[in-house]
Amino acid sequence: MRAESPGPQHEWLDDDAGPVVRPYTLTGGRVRSAVDGFDLVAYVLAEPAADPTGHPELHPEHRRLVELTVRPVPVAELAADLNLAVGVVRVLLGDLLARGLVAVHQPTPAAYLPDDDILKAVVSGLRAL
Amino acid sequence: MDSVRYDRTGSGPRIPLALKILIAGGFGAGKTTLVSALSEVRPLQTEEVLTGAGIGTDDLSGVEAKSTTTVAMDFGRITINDDLQVYLFGTPGQDRFWFLWDELAFGALGAVVLADTRRLADCFPSIDYFEQRGVPFVVGVNCFDGGRRFNLETVREALDLDPDVPLVLCDARERQSGKEVLIALVEHVARQRGEPVPAA
Repeated sequence: MRAESPGPQHEWLDDDAGPVVRPYTLTGGRVRSAVDGFDLVAYVLAEPAADPTGHPELHPEHRRLVELTVRPVPVAELAADLNLAVGVVRVLLGDLLARGLVAVHQPTPAAYLPDDDILKAVVSGLRAL
Repeated sequence: MDSVRYDRTGSGPRIPLALKILIAGGFGAGKTTLVSALSEVRPLQTEEVLTGAGIGTDDLSGVEAKSTTTVAMDFGRITINDDLQVYLFGTPGQDRFWFLWDELAFGALGAVVLADTRRLADCFPSIDYFEQRGVPFVVGVNCFDGGRRFNLETVREALDLDPDVPLVLCDARERQSGKEVLIALVEHVARQRGEPVPAA
């Protein structure tokens, strides 16, 4: 995946920036998800009767996502499991969502503004580690 | 979009509550080390893709002429119970990736800023960022070499921290020490919640 040095030198493209890749090949060049804004910790859950084999246009990565989400898994973990960039996973999830194969559960207001009971549970959970 | 659900009712597996905590600080301040020490799983890495082509177009036609590059983000997980998980995200170290921070910071419970006393100024941008966005944070002074003692008041002055921002010594390699830093953060968040919430 590592390309030769790109034509005109881009100021971002040095060793710090990581390998130069074309990860959006998998998405057919699409860079926007059908549903923008899947949070990194939005949980994805396959629909109970999801059967990706009925959708021959889907990639193996789509099917893998459906397999992985038989239990709720956050977007960031899916990206790590598939070793794909988060942006790519968001596009693939948008495809699955459009076909009714997964549901995406965005963080609830409780996650953004947890109340005292939740904060206390976190502190005692951390102490118990 | 009907299929994006926000509720936690209905049948099927329950969706846990996920809290995001950011681990920030200058390059080499120990962010990855701290995430590793605290995570119950091998720290995971994910990548965000930088692409200029995403602006104003849905299509990468002529993709061969464009380059993308990736930024690695470390993250780890701490399961509090079946319904509650804490995700730690190490922020990208280079200043030019600040725009990624906005996504990370959105909805975050708070942040830990790791300070390396040999290069204290390296954590200034992180502190500025969280102050400006009103994200609660604590500063962890990472004591790499154990032998040196730091006067916390001197560090606080050098960082020009608000008096209510907790400043704690830590060793990012030690889980126990890292836990204390997270607890200091959550307690700080709880204290802030006790105060009137400013209008959004």
